[in-house]
Amino acid sequence: MKQVIVDPTDERVPIRRSLASRSGSITGRVALLDIAKPRGDVLMNRLAQRLSERLPAVEIRRYRKPTFTKPAPEELRRRIAEESDFVIEALAD
Amino acid sequence: MSDTASAESKKLPEFALSDLSGKTYSFPSGRPALLCFVKEDCPTCGIAMPLVEAFHRAFSGGVDVLAVGQDAEGNRILAQRHSLTCPMLDDSALSVSFKYGFDSVPTVILADGGGNRLLEFSGFVRDDWKDLSARLAAMSDRPAPDIDWPSLPEWRAGCGSKAVEPGVAERLEAEARGDRMQARRIELGDNEDVFEFMFERGLTDGLPVVPPTPERVAWMLTGTRRDPRDIVATVPPNLAPLTVEKVAVNAVMAGCRPEYLPVVIAALDAVCTDTFNIHGVMATTWGATPVIIVNGPIRKRLGMNMGIMALGYGSRPNATIGRAVKLVLRNVGGSRPGDIERSALGAIGKFTTCFAEWEERSPWEPLHVERGFKKDESVVTVFGLEAGSRQIADQTSRTARALVGSLGLGLEACWHPKQHGAGEVLLVISPEHADTIARDEWSKSQVRNRIQEVTARPLRDLLPDEDSGEGTSPRILGIKEPTPEQLAQQVPKFRSPENINIIVAGGEGGKFSAIFAGWVSGPMGSSSVSRRIEEMP
Repeated sequence: MKQVIVDPTDERVPIRRSLASRSGSITGRVALLDIAKPRGDVLMNRLAQRLSERLPAVEIRRYRKPTFTKPAPEELRRRIAEESDFVIEALAD
Repeated sequence: MSDTASAESKKLPEFALSDLSGKTYSFPSGRPALLCFVKEDCPTCGIAMPLVEAFHRAFSGGVDVLAVGQDAEGNRILAQRHSLTCPMLDDSALSVSFKYGFDSVPTVILADGGGNRLLEFSGFVRDDWKDLSARLAAMSDRPAPDIDWPSLPEWRAGCGSKAVEPGVAERLEAEARGDRMQARRIELGDNEDVFEFMFERGLTDGLPVVPPTPERVAWMLTGTRRDPRDIVATVPPNLAPLTVEKVAVNAVMAGCRPEYLPVVIAALDAVCTDTFNIHGVMATTWGATPVIIVNGPIRKRLGMNMGIMALGYGSRPNATIGRAVKLVLRNVGGSRPGDIERSALGAIGKFTTCFAEWEERSPWEPLHVERGFKKDESVVTVFGLEAGSRQIADQTSRTARALVGSLGLGLEACWHPKQHGAGEVLLVISPEHADTIARDEWSKSQVRNRIQEVTARPLRDLLPDEDSGEGTSPRILGIKEPTPEQLAQQVPKFRSPENINIIVAGGEGGKFSAIFAGWVSGPMGSSSVSRRIEEMP
């Protein structure tokens, strides 16, 4: 006799996304997203400083999640997508 | 005998059943019909069968006369024993008997061509059958058969319908609900082991699960009045819609009984709120989990443990309700260790943490009443706390003041002894400790305030130093560069006395209480949430 069970999962198939093509250079706007862990700002400040030195033409924009314990709010994600070409998300502890 | 009155109750359920040769009979057929439900091992059905056969021979030109048998093998025996020419329909699945709702066999139902009930009786009352014969003769305009009525007993009781046998009624009820089940069915290969299959697919928490067959899931759904398709919540991190049916599937796997299902549903409703923030509770590198507390009458109805070993193991509802919640978070929400669930160490309480408050043994209002519910309401409260309790020993304090002082010092170890300004914790006071506090008539509020007093330390002592690099950052007190006065300021362990949640549970012997330390607490992390549990009769 065939055994049948009921699927306990959400039954969704993950969407497969391919990586964006690499141009070999960083131009335009770069978002630095701090997830709001303690001392994340120390790391982000340093990153921003080093990026500006190496890529003076790049415009760096800073973002911060309200709390590291929750996913970034929809509005913040939308704003980053609209305003940036690249995102660097980082945390420190 | 009863002639039914209201039009509504007259309409009989439709059905299609096969006779012994496989021919299908539909009801209603457009012609009047006499249905006689029987089972082979019922002696009273044995008295009725020759009459049913005689009615078939006499009246089948005008009325469909149909025997409906409740067990496949017995139907064949009855047909042979009584040399039936009357169709013997197979209701061995009992779905028609269940829908018709009678308790005993033989049950005779006379219906018009539209399927409306004209007459129904059960058992054997000779005069009922005699009147029926006359009525069928009139309806079909044919002579009544020649029956030796005086040779038949005046009265014989019927036998129980198979559809109301213990266990069967529950299964049939479950199948009736099964129509509204929508989740995908997975068919296993012929030689596949279902337990291994569930391990391999990553559907378990590391322990075996009960295979969620459609029958078991349908049975589980009898525990709620809610439609299986109802959405209970959206479960992070996948943000997947959670139906009542998916809760039931995972509750089966966890080992729940149907009556536990409303608690699991209410707990998930609470856990999946933005206030509780299950995404963070599961994702944190700290070891947090939903700590589930049950209050109100349902504790006793489910036989939940609130006494000896309340925070331990050995109680089915305690163990499986918490486990069901975690399996839903894993299978529907997508929280898996090493994936989104990232606790560095974890703790055994991540399997399941659920118990009840021993309200009757507490000198105070129970947790749910403190939180605004009525005492006779059943309520589940979820806390985002450390996934395991630790115990505080105090076997010698004889006053509330001394004992609560001990509990406070024990609580100071939460997170780290030097980290003050903490949020929610749960203090589980054992009955013996509760008695000591009650003797001095201390309120919960006095207990909380005393804990704040005994844990208060000058900020200076809480700063990270060479002996312990961890401590309380002045920043959480809104201080950048502390002045000498600020360094002398007393800082209690908790941000507010209300962060100390207190309940009573545990065995009556043993002067030990327990604490569940917190996680990031409040709007920036997780706050406890209570939900009323659906009451089932």
